[in-house]
Amino acid sequence: MDASQILFFLSAVLILVSAIFVVTARNLVHAALWLIATLFGVAMLYVLLEAGFLAVVQVVVYIGAIAIMFIFAVMLTRRDLLSQTSQTNANWPIALGVSALSLAGVAFIARGFGFSLDRVPAPVPADSLERLGAALVSPEQFVLPFEVASILLLAALVGAVYVAMNKK
Amino acid sequence: MNFWTDPIKVIYDWLMITLTGWGMAGWLADIIINLLGIIVLITAAMVLDILLVWVERKVVARFQDRLGPNRVGPFGLFQPVPDIIKLIIKEDITPAGADKVVFNLAPILSLASVIFLWAVIPLAANVYGVDLNVALLYLVAAGAIGTLAIIMAGWASNNKYALLGAYRMVAVMISYEIPMIVALLIPTLLAGTMSMKGITLAQQEGLWFVVLSPLGMLLFLVAAIAELGRSPFDLSEGESEIVSGFHIEYSGMKFGLFYAGELLHAFTFGAFIGILFFGGWNWPLPWGDKYALIGIFNVLVKGMFFYWVIMWVKYTVPRLRIDHMLAFNWKFLTPVAFALLIVTAIVHAIFKDMALGVYGLALFLANVLLGWIVLEILRGNARQQRAAEEAPAPVAQH
Repeated sequence: MDASQILFFLSAVLILVSAIFVVTARNLVHAALWLIATLFGVAMLYVLLEAGFLAVVQVVVYIGAIAIMFIFAVMLTRRDLLSQTSQTNANWPIALGVSALSLAGVAFIARGFGFSLDRVPAPVPADSLERLGAALVSPEQFVLPFEVASILLLAALVGAVYVAMNKK
Repeated sequence: MNFWTDPIKVIYDWLMITLTGWGMAGWLADIIINLLGIIVLITAAMVLDILLVWVERKVVARFQDRLGPNRVGPFGLFQPVPDIIKLIIKEDITPAGADKVVFNLAPILSLASVIFLWAVIPLAANVYGVDLNVALLYLVAAGAIGTLAIIMAGWASNNKYALLGAYRMVAVMISYEIPMIVALLIPTLLAGTMSMKGITLAQQEGLWFVVLSPLGMLLFLVAAIAELGRSPFDLSEGESEIVSGFHIEYSGMKFGLFYAGELLHAFTFGAFIGILFFGGWNWPLPWGDKYALIGIFNVLVKGMFFYWVIMWVKYTVPRLRIDHMLAFNWKFLTPVAFALLIVTAIVHAIFKDMALGVYGLALFLANVLLGWIVLEILRGNARQQRAAEEAPAPVAQH
């Protein structure tokens, strides 16, 4: 038992509990806030895995952009939208079956890894961020997907400007 | 190695020997010492915050030709103490219909988002919370949590004015994040690292980044003021229409947390400007890189100076209208930031192997040239607009 294990249990509990509240909360804004707690827990897991860059990007992108947009969208709906209606519909047995199957699949795959508490994780290279940056622009690695994504984003930007443009 | 050059290590070793000497396990002692360090850092930041209340009130008084607090203690220095007592003994109101948990969580998150930033500030060469290699992105992430706190406060108050104020504030913070990130990319590019310590060291060996990129410094300053929501970007306020913004329903210490967070945030961004563009712990006193206390003093002096600049802007410039402010961001600040990033990257790539003087001069001239082009374009636009407005109205033809 050391500090990182305590932190792992704390973040695991945070993720699971808040994820349950995301689907059970009747107030949509509360659900969105619980979703933020879940995402924050995932960022904590990234930190524990020494993936600091991913952790920070998780907070910037998911909490800073996507969750804020969720909250904006939810706030524009009626506040007590869900307080009278039922939270489930007739399809819940199918959903339950699919979830159980997915869980079984994940468990089946995870069984093959052979978990143990004694295993020491491989050291993370100190320059992993530089390597990520170099990989994104190196022709042998990911420059093509990177450029395609850039062009997609640029197209979206131009499209947004065109839609918002005041046509005279 | 002694106390004056590396105090944190000396204190850590001493505490470690003491605690393990009492029969404590090594890992537990490590956790306890780190927690102690966190508590000391936060306490130091909060004590500084108390002083900032006095600084803010005194400086705004000078700007407005008043005396400011001058009754309690010398120069009114103890004024924050009665301020805090007043805040604590005020009635703590949670409005009916408010979402209690979210309402009470929002001020805590708001202050926490500022305190988070102190983890990555290198106060001296060996005095810092953590030397993250993604420190600048971490700054943006902490800002995201601040945005979240504001929207939580506005929504949970169950008050239309609070919600409107929060909407306007969040619109500012989200849009000004873009020029801020691009401005942060410039020190990253020049230093080749996102770690605050690495950026300071790069300036210690080379030139200050304010010389290499004065325009980048200005962009960051403007984006920081917008992120802080201080005048001229304090859109959440508007005494005549939407009252005082997202914290309208907060009273007592809950309001105090927002207020303290805002002041500390302003000072923290001042320190960030000092570290990212003005060489961190290296100036005005010499040997800041060797002796920790001198380094801390230098960083705090720079932080105070840029805090004063932010106040100077706040109490001089009137509030902008929301459409002006968004147009300023999207049509001016963002394009300029991207242009500056491209120019800096190209000039940096061409000149980085040449002598330091040539490299510095090239980047500085590139910045000046870009700034001049931007001003010329603006002047041309203004001239066109003026001409269009002054043109005689067309007379109806019979």
